[in-house]
Amino acid sequence: MMRTRRIAVLTTAMLSAVTIGACHKKPAPQPAPVPAAQPAGPNADSARLAQEAAARQAAADAAARRRADSLAAANAANNGAASAASLRSALTATVHFEFDQSDLRADDKAILDAKVPILQANPGVAIRIGGHTDERGSDEYNLALGQRRAAAAKAYLVQHGIPAARIETISYGEERPVAQGADESAWAQNRRAEFEITAGGQTLRRP
Amino acid sequence: MSRFLGALSLAAAGVLAAMPVAAHAQDTTYRGIFLGGTYDPLRDKVGIAVLPVPGAFGDSVRAIIQRDLDFSDRFTVIPVDSADPAAINSPGAAGGLNYSIFARLAASAIVKITPVGNALHVALHDVSKAQVVNVHDFALPATGLSRDWRQAVHRTSDEIERWITGQAGIAATRVAYMRGQSIRVVDSDGASEITVPTEENGVSPSWNPSGTMLAYTTYGTDSRLIVIDLSTGRSRTVSGPSRNTIFITPVFTPDGTQLVYSRSGEDQADLYITGVSGGDAAHRLTPGRGAQNTNPTLSPDGRRIVYVSNVLGRPELYIMDADGTNAEVLTNYEDSEKNYRSDPDWAPDGRWIAYQERIKDRFQIRAIRAAGGTPKLFTSEGENEQPSWAPDARHLVFTSTRTGVRQLWVLDTESNRVRQLTKSGGSRLASWSPRLAAQQ
Repeated sequence: MMRTRRIAVLTTAMLSAVTIGACHKKPAPQPAPVPAAQPAGPNADSARLAQEAAARQAAADAAARRRADSLAAANAANNGAASAASLRSALTATVHFEFDQSDLRADDKAILDAKVPILQANPGVAIRIGGHTDERGSDEYNLALGQRRAAAAKAYLVQHGIPAARIETISYGEERPVAQGADESAWAQNRRAEFEITAGGQTLRRP
Repeated sequence: MSRFLGALSLAAAGVLAAMPVAAHAQDTTYRGIFLGGTYDPLRDKVGIAVLPVPGAFGDSVRAIIQRDLDFSDRFTVIPVDSADPAAINSPGAAGGLNYSIFARLAASAIVKITPVGNALHVALHDVSKAQVVNVHDFALPATGLSRDWRQAVHRTSDEIERWITGQAGIAATRVAYMRGQSIRVVDSDGASEITVPTEENGVSPSWNPSGTMLAYTTYGTDSRLIVIDLSTGRSRTVSGPSRNTIFITPVFTPDGTQLVYSRSGEDQADLYITGVSGGDAAHRLTPGRGAQNTNPTLSPDGRRIVYVSNVLGRPELYIMDADGTNAEVLTNYEDSEKNYRSDPDWAPDGRWIAYQERIKDRFQIRAIRAAGGTPKLFTSEGENEQPSWAPDARHLVFTSTRTGVRQLWVLDTESNRVRQLTKSGGSRLASWSPRLAAQQ
């Protein structure tokens, strides 16, 4: 996002510089008004008026261009932000598991597949995967199970070309449920691996 | 045939000769209570009366000791009406105890307590012999009802129990457990709870053999294996953090010098052993190979380890030598039944290993011998988990949802009597301390 915005600002600055340059250049071929040799009569006045009108027009054109440029920049920044947000949400999308399992389901793999190109396009990004379980099973055994779930998600990303050093795994076991309640709906939501961007998340490049 | 309920007579009685009680035969201060008929210390309760205690905290002393004796499940506390002290004394100038009245109330023993300075003077009367059989002064901290004062009263209860049965009670013990995200310690009778100042995300407290320290681990980022000194409240990291690794389920070795714990990485979870002081190299005990090995519990002699492994799919209990050799499955007693068994705790007398097993989608508490065989089933109401043995190898503290929320309960495995230990919901992961000496 920052990167996109910086490009936009830079573009605006360059365009402004060009515009300003044009302003100076355009009147140059015309004879500069010399007060000592100022011609008398209406011709001299028309020339001066025409010159002033041209200058006004040039200034108006420049202002219009600046406005158009800043609008474009704002839109670009906006689109960049939207794009960064969608990249971020793809990177941090949660995957879910079956009871006492750390195997990845087909829908999990699709979610992880979406992360791979983003991680590849942004080699400075590092992530942390936190494994979680539902409240069933042994409280302590679940701490190990959470670690296995995080590791399973990481292994998939590594198999698809992401360096292992960019992915940290931790476990919360059943200690941090997202859904309260003692039913399958709550349990299913709680059996998960969450993704957190720990470095390089400020500028996300589109794959 | 009548027997002395004492160490010597217990040792002489063939059935009970194998019990550790025999060690007390060398204790010359020990004098037991004479009981008529045949007495089975596991099934029969000794009738006991605790006389009203004079002094500022007398009522509290008496109430605590009566409750301790009751919670031991080895005594029937005979209520004596404190409003009429004349009724318990023999008429006449001597004014001694009227033993015949106590005999009619089915009391075999009478405890008479008199505060003397900063001590409790305790006299134990044998009803059938009509005489005092033991006396002792128990030191008492000056601050009545303080945490230390309560422990001193509990130690008095435990010694009275030892006088009578040959085995000390378990009143002067504590239970470490988790509630919310905190580790707490509570007295065996549910009083004097404190919160232990642990590092963030501390879990799985476990006592050292002298009851002066707890081992625990942290989860989430920077998981570590930690030991806290309860006298200073200071935590010290023994192992970790290590990237992509969670440390879980620590226990002390019976000599207190080492810790056995599970270290769960990305490929497997293995049991390790390392020195308590930290800085030592950790030695791996289980072979890994992709399996998850957790929850170690050591035999009292430190030579064997029971633990949880999913090497065959679901979590089962395994047993191996303490050096990691000769591992074999312990609870796979029905080959057809694939189940979920975990959270083992080896009894301090070495005979039974308590654990939890999923039965009809809920955990229940069971126990199995180290040699295998048919396990006992202790619970059925609600979900019951995380058993931890008391030092008497007879009582278990465990987590139960029988009242709707998780609470700690205490089970007497001989009589199946249960009592609720905690009063706040969400209590779990209990570890019963050893018997605690003074100044803890």
